[in-house]
Amino acid sequence: MFGYILKRILLFIPTLLVVSFIVFLLIQLPPGDFLDTMVLRMQQSGTSMDAEAEALLRERYALDQPFLQQYSHWISNIVTEGDFGRSFTWNRPVSELIWSRLGWTFFITISSLLFTWALAFPIAVYSATHQYSFLDYLFSFIGFIGLAVPNFLLALVLMWIGFSVFNVSMGGLFSSEYRDAPWSLAKFLDFLSHLWVPIIVLGTAGTASLIRTMRANLLDELNKPYVEAARAKGLTERHLIWKYPVRVALNPFVSSLATLLPTLISGATIVSVVLSLPTTGPMMLDALLEQDMFLAGSFLLMLSFFTLVSTLVSDILLIIIDPRVNYE
Amino acid sequence: MITLDTAQPIDDIPISEAEEKHLTASQWQLIWWRFRRHRAAMISMAVLVVLYTIALFAGFFAPHDPRDVVAEFADAPPQLPVFWDSAGVHFPPVVYSYVGERDPRTLRKIYRLDSESRQPIRFLVRGEDYKLFGIVSTDIHFIGLDDPDQPFFLLGTDSLGRDMLSRIIFGSQISLTIGLVGVFISLILGILLGGISGYLGGWIDVGIQRLIEVLRSMPTIPLWLALSAALPRNLNQVQIYFGITIILSLIGWTEIARVVRGKFMSLKHEDFILAARTNGTSRMRIIVVHMVPSFSSHLIAAMTLALPIMILSETALSFLGLGLRPPIISWGTLLEGTQNLDAIALTPWLLFPVVPVIITVLAFNFIGDGLRDAADPYA
Repeated sequence: MFGYILKRILLFIPTLLVVSFIVFLLIQLPPGDFLDTMVLRMQQSGTSMDAEAEALLRERYALDQPFLQQYSHWISNIVTEGDFGRSFTWNRPVSELIWSRLGWTFFITISSLLFTWALAFPIAVYSATHQYSFLDYLFSFIGFIGLAVPNFLLALVLMWIGFSVFNVSMGGLFSSEYRDAPWSLAKFLDFLSHLWVPIIVLGTAGTASLIRTMRANLLDELNKPYVEAARAKGLTERHLIWKYPVRVALNPFVSSLATLLPTLISGATIVSVVLSLPTTGPMMLDALLEQDMFLAGSFLLMLSFFTLVSTLVSDILLIIIDPRVNYE
Repeated sequence: MITLDTAQPIDDIPISEAEEKHLTASQWQLIWWRFRRHRAAMISMAVLVVLYTIALFAGFFAPHDPRDVVAEFADAPPQLPVFWDSAGVHFPPVVYSYVGERDPRTLRKIYRLDSESRQPIRFLVRGEDYKLFGIVSTDIHFIGLDDPDQPFFLLGTDSLGRDMLSRIIFGSQISLTIGLVGVFISLILGILLGGISGYLGGWIDVGIQRLIEVLRSMPTIPLWLALSAALPRNLNQVQIYFGITIILSLIGWTEIARVVRGKFMSLKHEDFILAARTNGTSRMRIIVVHMVPSFSSHLIAAMTLALPIMILSETALSFLGLGLRPPIISWGTLLEGTQNLDAIALTPWLLFPVVPVIITVLAFNFIGDGLRDAADPYA
């Protein structure tokens, strides 16, 4: 088992390298390099960059060298100095811009995942133990809608309902009066009153699919002889279900770290644009529209890094909690 | 030696006519019979037939030219058909005419519906000229008013005064086909790479599986956004359309490849494949004639489930302004105007394209579910 875990961690590094290479390839796809665009922009706004500074930046990011060297420069700058390049629309190092945004993305996706778990677990157990009951059908139906309605459309519709029915703006994470205020209890409460919107919007689709897998797994378990045997021995139904089949059917919750988290990160990108959240989404979209490629690429790289780590963690957890998993 | 003379010849076992029909039916017949039992899937199929028919005859079903700018009626609210009101039941239903006013505070032009002036909706009326399939020139529209110059905007208009209903109908031509093209590209890539991976095995298999893993581990929407942003800006409409489809298929093929690979792995060791091999059948013929037909139903199910994802992705990309761009009309580009809260608050009818998106996606999901259940009729 430890051999497998070690192998899995070692495999993580080359995968990350391939992903970073793909990201760099994407950054380089638009014509011209970022410095050309930066110089052009400064000329348009009436300022200019002196030749010395330009040469310095060109050297720093190895812009006049062949593609592979540029890539190795870029990646080693990130690994050794935490230097992700420079954003020319903000005229600041990328590393100054991305961390708070990434933090919020991480926070919101993890909260949505917890919400999904909290909601899916009891519903799945209920649906499986009360198969074909009214509530089972109702949950399946709601789940189907949740799967089909893309979350950014759900966000749009919620915004409209919030505005037309309750006359409140649901965007952002803080009301305008708290946005720049220091943290206080009032700000925290205001924050909570905004937080539920993105969490519900992001959580619906994942909840639906998680319920479906967990329900199916649990149904398989419930028909197994050991359940029958435990029942014959006189265990109470509640004790029996929670102690054995539910625990065996829990795997999808762990693997949802690998399957759901990437979807949540992906969905958060666009939902954040609709709800104007301070996450990676809106800034990455602007960066892409402006072709500010170092900024956009850094976001893409870090988001991919998150998903890769979540897959890794989920694989390792699965091995630990379920000895039946074949780790060849 | 003991002979088993107790065994009856197969002809003597009495079987009912229905059973015999079941035993002699072809694989596709069995799939169809089982699929027919899935009620939601059957309804969804009817819905999709209607949607695709409307898309095919868009010029006929749309009351207006989708690019016609009627500045006089910009941002006009929907004239929803009225079946009954204080004056009794109306058949055919009527629409109320607009009364234009100015908001006393903002001076914005607003429209009110005047419930006193009723215009009956007529079927098969003469209106603006259009070309069906770009060839047949005609002016007959499915619905309209007696007087073609009267305003008739069932779902309202956008900020330039273009009819939302007509735009949604014409948008369906793009939105309903982009998924088909995308799935077709994914299918070719998926069968090719999945087949090679499953049939050859070895280091090629490992390589392709790693590639699939890497692609699937990248968050899709950010990846798509980056790819679309990298599309050159000077492409024409057709090039953008295909550029976006190719970008969408770049992830889509991995799922199909996974299905194909799994089936190849399990079929490879079946007796009938071994029999074909010992008969000296060529590798290509084994794949095309013997293997592919035995899992094509699974493939169709996987494709149907991939379609709604494509449709949604196009909508999402265009909504963000990185997919198709105006003047191309698609459900996604129509929604682009609803990105800010002001637009939603003042002209909520711009959100109407959400409805066909959801209906289409639900329908494809139900059909995919039905197909998946029916795909293996011998199970």
